[in-house]
Amino acid sequence: MKVDLKQIEEASKEIYIRALKLLPPDIKEGFKRLDAAETHPTGKAILGTMIKNITVAEANTNLLCQDTGIPIYSVVIGSGVEVDGYALKQAIIKGCARATQEHPLRSSVVHPTTRKNDHTSCGRFVPVINIDFSDQANELSIEMIPKGSGSEFNSWLKMALPADGVDAIKTFVIDCVLEAGGKTCPPTIVGVGVGGTADLCVHLSKVAATRALGSACADPEGAALEKELSAVVNKLGVGPQGLGGDSTSFAVHVETAATHITLNPVAVNMQCHSARRSRATFTAGGVAYGF
Amino acid sequence: MAHYDFQMPITEQQARQLRVNDTVSLNGTLYGIRDATQIHMFDHGRKTRFDMRGHAVIHTAPNVKWVGETEAAPSGYDSICIGTTTSARMERFTRPLMEQYGVRIIIGKGGLFAASQKAFANLGGVYLAVVGGAAALETTWIEQIEEVDLDDLNPESLWKFRVKNFGPLLVSMDAHGGNLYTDVNTAARDKRAEVLAALGVKS
Repeated sequence: MKVDLKQIEEASKEIYIRALKLLPPDIKEGFKRLDAAETHPTGKAILGTMIKNITVAEANTNLLCQDTGIPIYSVVIGSGVEVDGYALKQAIIKGCARATQEHPLRSSVVHPTTRKNDHTSCGRFVPVINIDFSDQANELSIEMIPKGSGSEFNSWLKMALPADGVDAIKTFVIDCVLEAGGKTCPPTIVGVGVGGTADLCVHLSKVAATRALGSACADPEGAALEKELSAVVNKLGVGPQGLGGDSTSFAVHVETAATHITLNPVAVNMQCHSARRSRATFTAGGVAYGF
Repeated sequence: MAHYDFQMPITEQQARQLRVNDTVSLNGTLYGIRDATQIHMFDHGRKTRFDMRGHAVIHTAPNVKWVGETEAAPSGYDSICIGTTTSARMERFTRPLMEQYGVRIIIGKGGLFAASQKAFANLGGVYLAVVGGAAALETTWIEQIEEVDLDDLNPESLWKFRVKNFGPLLVSMDAHGGNLYTDVNTAARDKRAEVLAALGVKS
């Protein structure tokens, strides 16, 4: 299957805008679940405002949140797909810049030292483009995440000791949730990376934070750990916006990687309640949009 | 717990009468301010032409569209989506905003810290929580972008909005030491040991 690069550019523009306006169904379900269980009056009122906001954004075809985020595109290229990798990246960058200028969107991206904003949501190494491969025949998918800064600002890595075991991982996650308080715009998805190298561990925490609610870690050990952490995290009482309540997090997600005999790395990255993502899937039949 | 409808600007007495858990809605003028705006105002010595005495500022950098100056859009900007950012990064600017510009209300999400709490007590001010990430709704409370200053910092310009029934916003830090964030945080930290025990962590 050959991929049309013009279609990639259009889709890269489209999925940035779609991600900012349409919350995925699993997150909407997550809101319903939290709202039904919330006992704190302030927490309940805040969840009500958040749910109303989703409706207003859809009714007015407006952005859910003002933060257009750092754009992240994750591409998965199936077997049998023919594409020029360099041209693919250029098409994604162009689509991202066009979304920013044509909608228009606030460009939230600046040079790290000069703070210069090119008003394209693009810059050195941004948008972040992750590329992976799968055995899914004749299919190419692009997932788009506009990662907001409120949740990104609170990111942590600890190179714990093997002697401290899984207890160090659990303690670190709970301490990060306490440290984050209301700053990460709870209710959050707490993403936890376990193992790997320092950079892989942080990357996995982001993958975990942006995974659909209801999905599970493919590693049974990671799946057991995320279940255990999800069951207790809301007992802390941080609540929506850090103002108290049962709804601190939708879930804790864990992703794992093999690591070195001397290492026990753990990273935490959170996704805010505006847990936005969208997807374009290319097959021989054309492009389909979803989450 | 009382509700107040304020026509901006307000007096020191109006700010001091607010207590945590009260709610407030604003009408009239609201200023939008952000990291870069305040870095330039307080670290690089730039001044604004706006008179912010008795007014409220909101931590924001909006999505706007340039449409050219018209009667309907006197600043030249139409609002697309106006929301709120995390206040924590701007903690050190609370006192100078109040001392040098007479600001009485700071609106944001996630709360501020001890230095701001002290400035609210000393000078008569409050922090109001707006629900972060609810920008589509918040945008409907804004009638117009009336003026803009320091616009070379766009989107972190100093924005002058005209608002109607902007709220309800929750008083989460008051001029009497009341602070909902520290109350919640202390209670949450008190539960840490219990939660770790439930996870089977050996202390």
